[in-house]
Amino acid sequence: MTPLLEARDVRVTFNISREGDMPWTKPRELHALNGVNFALMPGETLGIVGESGCGKSTLARALIQMVPATGRVIWDGGQDLLALTRREMLPYRANIQMVFQDPLASLNPRMTIGQIIAEPLKTHHPGLPATEVKARVQLMMDRVGLLPNQINRYPHEFSGGQCQRIGIARALIVEPRLLICDEPVSALDVSIQAQVINLLAELQRDLGLTMIFIAHDLSVVKHISDRVMVLYLGRVMEAAASADLFTNASHPYTQALLSAVPIPDPIKERAKQVIELSGDLPSPMAPPSGCVFRTRCAKATAICTQAVPALLGDGHQVACHHAEAANKPQKVG
Amino acid sequence: MALLQVQNLGVSFATNDGVVNAVNGVSFTLNRGETLGIVGESGSGKSQLAFAIMGLLAKNGTARGSVRFEGDEILNAPLATINAIRANHIAMVFQDPMTALNPYMRVADQMAEVLTHHKGMAKSDAVAESIRMLDAVQIPDARGRIRLYPHEFSGGMRQRVMIAMALLCKPDLLIADEPTTALDVTVQAQIMRLLADLQRDFGMATVLITHDLGVIAGFCREVIVLYGGRVMEQSPVDPLFYAPSHPYTRGLLRAIPRVDQDGDALNSIPGSPPNMTKAQKGCPFEPRCDFAQGDCTQRLAPLTEFEPDRWRACNRSLEELA
Repeated sequence: MTPLLEARDVRVTFNISREGDMPWTKPRELHALNGVNFALMPGETLGIVGESGCGKSTLARALIQMVPATGRVIWDGGQDLLALTRREMLPYRANIQMVFQDPLASLNPRMTIGQIIAEPLKTHHPGLPATEVKARVQLMMDRVGLLPNQINRYPHEFSGGQCQRIGIARALIVEPRLLICDEPVSALDVSIQAQVINLLAELQRDLGLTMIFIAHDLSVVKHISDRVMVLYLGRVMEAAASADLFTNASHPYTQALLSAVPIPDPIKERAKQVIELSGDLPSPMAPPSGCVFRTRCAKATAICTQAVPALLGDGHQVACHHAEAANKPQKVG
Repeated sequence: MALLQVQNLGVSFATNDGVVNAVNGVSFTLNRGETLGIVGESGSGKSQLAFAIMGLLAKNGTARGSVRFEGDEILNAPLATINAIRANHIAMVFQDPMTALNPYMRVADQMAEVLTHHKGMAKSDAVAESIRMLDAVQIPDARGRIRLYPHEFSGGMRQRVMIAMALLCKPDLLIADEPTTALDVTVQAQIMRLLADLQRDFGMATVLITHDLGVIAGFCREVIVLYGGRVMEQSPVDPLFYAPSHPYTRGLLRAIPRVDQDGDALNSIPGSPPNMTKAQKGCPFEPRCDFAQGDCTQRLAPLTEFEPDRWRACNRSLEELA
């Protein structure tokens, strides 16, 4: 089967100029993403996890050229999306839609939700008659659990969870094949978060969507993803099928990350051994040599300072010089 | 004598839309060295509860009921009385360290200020003590870093600075309002471990306010579950998780995706949290409750002890929920 989306060696570099720099000073480079590869099969959900600053949102944006990236992003076994101009990108954009983190900030406060949801339709299908647009908007509102009579209301009249439903409706109205969700539930309360996760899972099943689901909350990612990719300082540390990754994490970073997740079960939580990471995340302006995780890794040795570990393995991929040593089955919880 | 005794505490705000009752009838007793968790979703009143205890309510807010610290009433007490207790006896850690620290002051100055103000220490002694405290919260190179401004620290380090600042006067009670919500999980684990260690070493009582039941499970002995400004359930931590007595607690526990379990669809709670500007007669959870009956819109049963140390406020009996 051809992957719907395949990322090959995707890199994003930001130029950072410092205060007091002269106009001719060469800006310093920040490597936000360093050679990310993955293949996304149709109907699959890929979860991307990592802590703040690991590049997970940058990756989502790079895939649809919202930030300039190098490498190749192959759509459906054919076109390289990164080689397209903005105009050429347009038809592909209809197939790749995004849901953003802050539900209220991502909606224009001066537009009614009917206008907001209809907007992508007007961009991608400008010839559609107004009655048809309205019918599709109402159908979609019903689909995501909004009442069709709310069509003329403004975003501020809705709660966070409802705003996120509006964001989802706006993304799905053009019938995309790929939905990229960037922290879609992290601003929501637990009880509302569950509603939105269930809605996304149900829509995915019914519409045959392929999804990229970005979150910092591992429990949420575990719940919704088929495969999970763990990022740290712009590099992939580990990628595996969800069930495999969560029961058999091989990378020391993944293990530490998993051990730190609080479990709502007092006896388990009190007995749990947290693998503590020493120190802080290094500055992405000056990442460590060799393995980027080595400064905080208990298993680091001389080789880790010298060589960047390759992402090895098929199915369960790990980028660690000590993956064998680390690869003891470890049950979480 | 109990360290902190809160009785029938209520908080209301006068707003343009009328009076909002943010917190109603919260009572608890906290002894030295104990940990109490207060859990609730946004708008449940959990932060306002803490602000009321600390005398930090906004100008349009009023608190009623009673808060006794070592037997002395501190609710609505004169500012001088409260100021003598704040920092010296009760300290608070806020959610967002970037907004709680003064961006224009070096960490050394803001920390030393606490000691010169409350303990009358000389500045140099105060700075030396501050460095010791930064060491205690495991900030590497405390001596050098104390000269920095808050923005020069990472989020986790900033939260450590704030915890160190709260602990400077060796308080008897620490109120931590969502201390790890803005942090990554690995940093959260470090901070919670630090709080647990400090709590043990200093023998502090701690009130931990959070929306995260996982954090509560690991840290607290007693838990209060708030919803719509009312206590739904109040219980020691283990039975709360293993035998929740309230439909809301049950719903909440089933709505959390878990990293240690495989599950299919999450059981979401339908609807959304109550709009606090609308006066409510009955149970605030009634519109979202599977067990609600006619009387739930009219009245909410008072918080009653149904087992030793376990309290619930629900019109339906435990048998009806079975």
